[in-house]
Amino acid sequence: MAKVPVQFMLNGSEKAEFVESGTTLLNALRDKIGDTSPKGGCHQGTCGACSVIIDGELRLSCLTLAETCIGADIKTTAGLAEGGVLHPLQRAFLDAFATQCGFCTPGMIMAAKVLLDRTPNPSREDVVEALSGNICRCTGYEPIIQAVLLAARANSQNAA
Amino acid sequence: MELRKDYFADVRKDGLHEIGQPRPRLDSPGHVTGKTAYFADRNFPGMLHLKMVRSPHHHARIRSIDTSEAEKHPGVVKILTAKDVPHNVYTILILIQIGPEDETVLADGKVRWKGEAVVAVLAETERAAQEAAAKVKVDYEVLPAVFDMEEALKPGAPLVNEYHGQNYYLYDSGECRKVRFGDVEAGFAGADHILEQSYQSSPIEHAPTETTGCVVVPESNDRFTCYTNTQAMFFTLDNASIILQMPGSKLHFVGGTVGGGFGGKVDVIVEPIAILAAKLTGRPVCFIYSREEEMQISSPRAAEKVVIKDGVMKDGRIVARKVTGYTDAGAYSRHSPYGAQKGAAHYPGPYTIPNVWIDTYCVYTNRTPSSAMRGFGVTIGDFALEVQMDKLARLIGMDPLEFRFINAYRDGDMKAHRQPTEGAALIECMQEASRAANWPVAEKYMAMSSYRKEA
Amino acid sequence: MSLALQTFSTVKDASAALQAAGSRYLGGGTLVVRAANEGDVSVSSLVRVADPGLSRIAVSGGKVRLGASATMAAIARHPELAALAPAARAVGGPAIRNMATVGGNLFAPAPYGDFAVALLALDATVFTEDGEMPIETFLTGRDTSRVIVTAVGFSLPSMESFRFLKVSRVKPKGVSVLSIAALLQRTADGTVTSARIALGCMADRPIRALATEKALLGSKLTPQEIAPALAAAGEGITPITDPIASAWYRAEVLPVHLGRLLSQ
Repeated sequence: MAKVPVQFMLNGSEKAEFVESGTTLLNALRDKIGDTSPKGGCHQGTCGACSVIIDGELRLSCLTLAETCIGADIKTTAGLAEGGVLHPLQRAFLDAFATQCGFCTPGMIMAAKVLLDRTPNPSREDVVEALSGNICRCTGYEPIIQAVLLAARANSQNAA
Repeated sequence: MELRKDYFADVRKDGLHEIGQPRPRLDSPGHVTGKTAYFADRNFPGMLHLKMVRSPHHHARIRSIDTSEAEKHPGVVKILTAKDVPHNVYTILILIQIGPEDETVLADGKVRWKGEAVVAVLAETERAAQEAAAKVKVDYEVLPAVFDMEEALKPGAPLVNEYHGQNYYLYDSGECRKVRFGDVEAGFAGADHILEQSYQSSPIEHAPTETTGCVVVPESNDRFTCYTNTQAMFFTLDNASIILQMPGSKLHFVGGTVGGGFGGKVDVIVEPIAILAAKLTGRPVCFIYSREEEMQISSPRAAEKVVIKDGVMKDGRIVARKVTGYTDAGAYSRHSPYGAQKGAAHYPGPYTIPNVWIDTYCVYTNRTPSSAMRGFGVTIGDFALEVQMDKLARLIGMDPLEFRFINAYRDGDMKAHRQPTEGAALIECMQEASRAANWPVAEKYMAMSSYRKEA
Repeated sequence: MSLALQTFSTVKDASAALQAAGSRYLGGGTLVVRAANEGDVSVSSLVRVADPGLSRIAVSGGKVRLGASATMAAIARHPELAALAPAARAVGGPAIRNMATVGGNLFAPAPYGDFAVALLALDATVFTEDGEMPIETFLTGRDTSRVIVTAVGFSLPSMESFRFLKVSRVKPKGVSVLSIAALLQRTADGTVTSARIALGCMADRPIRALATEKALLGSKLTPQEIAPALAAAGEGITPITDPIASAWYRAEVLPVHLGRLLSQ
């Protein structure tokens, strides 16, 4: 089995590994690098649990091959809290009871982060659209939508 | 959240500190930071991947299994068939004396549903396991199959499961669970109207975002640690102990963190074979369902059919109710004999009816074995009962909510199971629903109480 | 055999590698990586081209050329492609749209491939490394095709002339029950002078509603005039059956949704 070198930035620090050619980014992150925050729910691009941010764009790590990410800047939910302080989205997911089983949560937070990075004051429709590729089977989505809107409000209050 | 304190005001204790207060969830900090450890977040050096070869037929005899090509495939470490499983025929509820054992861990001579596990392939990589699984040759003789419960109960239907000998579960009460209360035929005879309707449902898949699976690690002390997302830790441990003929003290189960279950992860379906594989190879083993397996193979909520016959008076009183319930267990029992029994315990619904007759059947067909899902045995019954209640109200020209007030069970009423009602709250729930939905009912119903009978 | 990725700098070199058995072209990954993940062991080699030119979107003189690697997200946000944005946004969720490409969509079997439905209505030309062909020709032969699509080209429709509708059971996003794209040229008084209507999920790949197109010519899209076009919508369709909907259901609701689209 041909091993190929991959090197990229993950949550601000450089990572270099050898992976088998054809390894998905999801498996490389989880099995080789030890960041298990992206989850494998379907491996077919349907559930969004594996969502990560690559060069500022939301991507599905289960359908992205690790060797196509060489030199990329990758962000995951595991790297969101800075210095032990939760990101406003993480705080809002706690406060709005937006987690139940928690399996979709890291992907949801990634999708929400991309939205808020570009649209700091989103409408409810913006939030629903931004989360439309992420499946949650527990909450019925409403607490998650409320959490993202709460985080946006918290951000705008901090900025003011 | 609004806490209404006017209901049960004179019987309620008010020294509550937690009810009505938001409290942070203990597991949330792990969820939002991605630190919560699900079973698949554990990775071990040298871990093998298990892929299952499954039956492409609904019902077939296995003439032969040839694993020789698969064994030679690069990366393959071990291939397991029925003969490798110490106690291959099991049933989950044997732990509470609900037999007979009727299901094979790996198919032995016969498959009874499309997707049944036949051969387990263990390889160094997932890909190698998939490739080798494609090389396993199973020669099947396809048999007639039955997919409909009523067809399955007819004489001459294909026999689904030889361990039962007939296509229904034999309770100690006979071919079905029975409830008899009052004289249902006399009730019908005296009724102003009779309404008989039948209701049916399809199987429902729980579709948790995390698929069913486990990781098993052989430990140096001769024990096996099983990281699992089962919703039934000790059921699984005890059943694994029976299937593997291994003392429970050799099994260390780590779980409790489940990425969505909804009842879909109570079958003992991945752990025993993964532990066996870890034992026979001496290496860590990962067995995790693909999304397709989760949707097609994991047990769904049972399909059900419910036939309800009611006798009702013009003044709104239901005087007789006869319910026949059918639960489609699929090819094996799993939790369905219990589900069908729960149906018998749940009918005739939260209503006080003087004459009741209930039969519930657990039926075997060549469909995917069904199992637990949120209120199984009750949920579909409630759908049928409440649609029936609306139809009855329409039949006698009565408001459907007022019709339910007339029949609602209240404290002290004798239920069909000869258990006096206590702690009822249906009247109060309907009063609040009437307000919240702006669906007014007559004042006398708003003055009713579940625990105080009006003079 | 394990899975291996080969990266080439030119389409020509990639095309040569793609002739090997077990090779599949990797665009955005939403089809072929999915297949590999799901245990399709017939895929053993993935081939891709690392040429940024394949992602180029060019709009000039009323002509559009979409590089095969252009993503749905890039099309949806392109200021000059507003008429196409609804079709591009109909594909997947935000993450999928950042990955899914024009080229991949041309190969996506129903119920996927909603953007290709739009391209069929637009009478697109499919460019490959060694030539070009009408999209209908391409779609007919795509199962056995070993060519690498480099781009698609078409005339930019006006906002008024192009209509797109995707019907799914989950809101706001879900897999297609069906999709419909319509390119309608009309005179000042609203008379239809030409109609091209493409349907998704009405076969294993996008197809045209030829009888409906014909029935619409000369009409002003009044309810009375639309009726015969809707009655003809079922001609030549062989809808797919999948977990989303049965062929029967898709055939039943097609005239309903087509009617809504034409009455807009």
